[in-house]
Amino acid sequence: MTRRDVGDVLLEVQDLSVDYLTLNGAVSAVSHASFTLRRGEILGLAGESGSGKSTLTTALLRLQRSPAVTVGGKVLYHGDDGTVTDLVPRTDKELLHLRWNKLAIVMQSAMDALNPVKRLGAQFVDVLRQHDPRMSEKAALERAGDLLALSGIPRDRVDSFPHEMSGGMRQRSLISLALACDPDLVVMDEPTTAVDVVMQRTIMSQVLRLQRELGFAIVFVTHDLSLLLELSDRLAIMYAGKVVEIGPSTELYHHPKHPYTKALRDSFPPLYAPLVEMRGIPGTAPDLMNLPDGCAFAPRCARAMDLCLTKRPELVQVSEKVDAACHLNDPQKEPVGAGPSDARSENGHAA
Amino acid sequence: MTQPTATGRREVALDEPLRPESSLPGVTGARRRRGAGGRGAYFLRRLGSYLIVIWAAVTLNFFIPRFMPGDPAEAILRKIRQTTGEPPSASQIASVRRMYGNPTENILHQYVDYWVGVAKFDFGVSTAHYPTPVSEIVLQALPWTLFLIGVSTVVAWIIGTILGAVMGWKPGNRFDSWFAPLSTFFHAFPGFWIALVLLWIFSITLEWFPVSGGYDTSVPMSLNNFYFLLSVVYYGALPMFALIFIGFNGWLFSMRNVMVATVTEDYVLMARAKGLPEKKVLFSYAARNALLPNVTGLAMAIGGVIGGAVLIEAVFTYPGMGYLLQTSITGHDFPVMQTVLLLLTFTAIVANFIADSIYVLLDPRAADTN
Repeated sequence: MTRRDVGDVLLEVQDLSVDYLTLNGAVSAVSHASFTLRRGEILGLAGESGSGKSTLTTALLRLQRSPAVTVGGKVLYHGDDGTVTDLVPRTDKELLHLRWNKLAIVMQSAMDALNPVKRLGAQFVDVLRQHDPRMSEKAALERAGDLLALSGIPRDRVDSFPHEMSGGMRQRSLISLALACDPDLVVMDEPTTAVDVVMQRTIMSQVLRLQRELGFAIVFVTHDLSLLLELSDRLAIMYAGKVVEIGPSTELYHHPKHPYTKALRDSFPPLYAPLVEMRGIPGTAPDLMNLPDGCAFAPRCARAMDLCLTKRPELVQVSEKVDAACHLNDPQKEPVGAGPSDARSENGHAA
Repeated sequence: MTQPTATGRREVALDEPLRPESSLPGVTGARRRRGAGGRGAYFLRRLGSYLIVIWAAVTLNFFIPRFMPGDPAEAILRKIRQTTGEPPSASQIASVRRMYGNPTENILHQYVDYWVGVAKFDFGVSTAHYPTPVSEIVLQALPWTLFLIGVSTVVAWIIGTILGAVMGWKPGNRFDSWFAPLSTFFHAFPGFWIALVLLWIFSITLEWFPVSGGYDTSVPMSLNNFYFLLSVVYYGALPMFALIFIGFNGWLFSMRNVMVATVTEDYVLMARAKGLPEKKVLFSYAARNALLPNVTGLAMAIGGVIGGAVLIEAVFTYPGMGYLLQTSITGHDFPVMQTVLLLLTFTAIVANFIADSIYVLLDPRAADTN
């Protein structure tokens, strides 16, 4: 069994914390995030704006910029040769050979992620030749054309400047670019927010097809929970910089163990079910500068108890495959999924 | 019908056949061709607008002496009479009348005549150095100014842009936080004052450099003569240094400030994510984009740069257009004065056109905005 088998551990994130240093003190944007990503797996990362999704993904790839600082934790990368590297203490220079070769990213803003003054081909060629100096300019350009064709872009687009392409085309060329060096992991930070739903669908189907062919793992960030449910093997829900629940997508959808997961689910229309009444989440996202002592979600939680206001719940295993951070899952309490308001898993979705 | 469960995600109808963009080959092909022709068309348009500017400059030069109270041509002819002690010849009178107006002649006819004179590079004769033709005097001074301003502007721009790029790459680090205020401090000094201080320290007190002149007059003046060229460098060093020192601070600042904003752009983050070495990210992604406003700045500032050099030439008694302008003003040598101003306008327009054209080569988006 080689190390590149699907299912092997690829990335272990342990207690990762990221702070933003401000004049009023440090703001903890991500605190003690832990999860494991396996080869070929699609992990969805969902949460409201400001919940720390993007901060977490940039910290994963060690791309965070001042004033963001990784203040603790480990990101253990398991290489194909069996070596385990902690990315956190590495300098930029030491990470160069891992970047794009192993860890690639598709960024949120297709409009701004391509260098506006360089032809598309040149932006493929520089990274291809950086990681394979023996490759000739001509061969690299040829490969750039192949990669573009992968996501359905005509090969002759290598001669185009970014401003000569449509938004959807730019977004797909970013996906092609991410696959240039056959990476183990592609982080996709809301790759479809800038395009319309039709293009979104085209792009997602291509991503899935390529993922199946090439076998890379994906960390997929979005606030669109229904899209994630379609797409991902496992889901991680973030709230106020913490992972509050993580587990298989189906489990999280049908049997959410955290009231926030449930609330988030109920605020999106189901994709393959008659429209049921949707509910918003009352209140607003918490101020990270001034988090409550107890559970950060408690002020908005319909089922908050006295304990929730005083003691911060830890992320613990609550079922075979699911971890959640909620006092309702403490042994003596009834599970979150129960109760009359949770009708969707019985009717709506099975229809 | 596909089973609508989350587990069935791979079978869900997300997988639809590709809708390739290549189904529109005509559209993309046409766009590509227009993009290639865009630059040429852009140059022609720019050239057209610069020709209009030149026409306006020459026309103003024609009308200004004619709208002046009195008869400037008459005043010039009187001056020639005073300097030489004899009345000017008929051809001289005609030449002066052509450049400075003849109240008895049709203005349209004069205008056409004036253009003929400009085209032939015939600007009449100098009154201070009678009867040397103005064109001869001016052409002697022009290369010195082109050399001094050309080299110092380019060098100052390059130094300022590179230093600014490095400072803006990591704003707030030690290099940036010391150099930025220091640079503002020097930028605030008037250029001629810095030139005077340099002259006083290096030429008068230390005697390292000559006090005035553009070359060693004891050496035969020829471009093939190595010693002459060496003396040009030696005599030009101090004014050149003054101009560079005055000039680079401005470029440094604008570059630094644009760079600070550019390093936060997504394509710079992307370049880092690609694992490109820092130098490459800095120069071919961040600085490459940040320098675009600096190129525009260069095009806009060239007029001012020439104006500034006029003062520097005066301070160093450098035999260029600035010094010539100064002496012609003090000597009331109107023909020379007018020609110098016209040529400085020309120089500024040409330099502007060059900087403008470079911009299109650097930014493909500029040519497409039609």
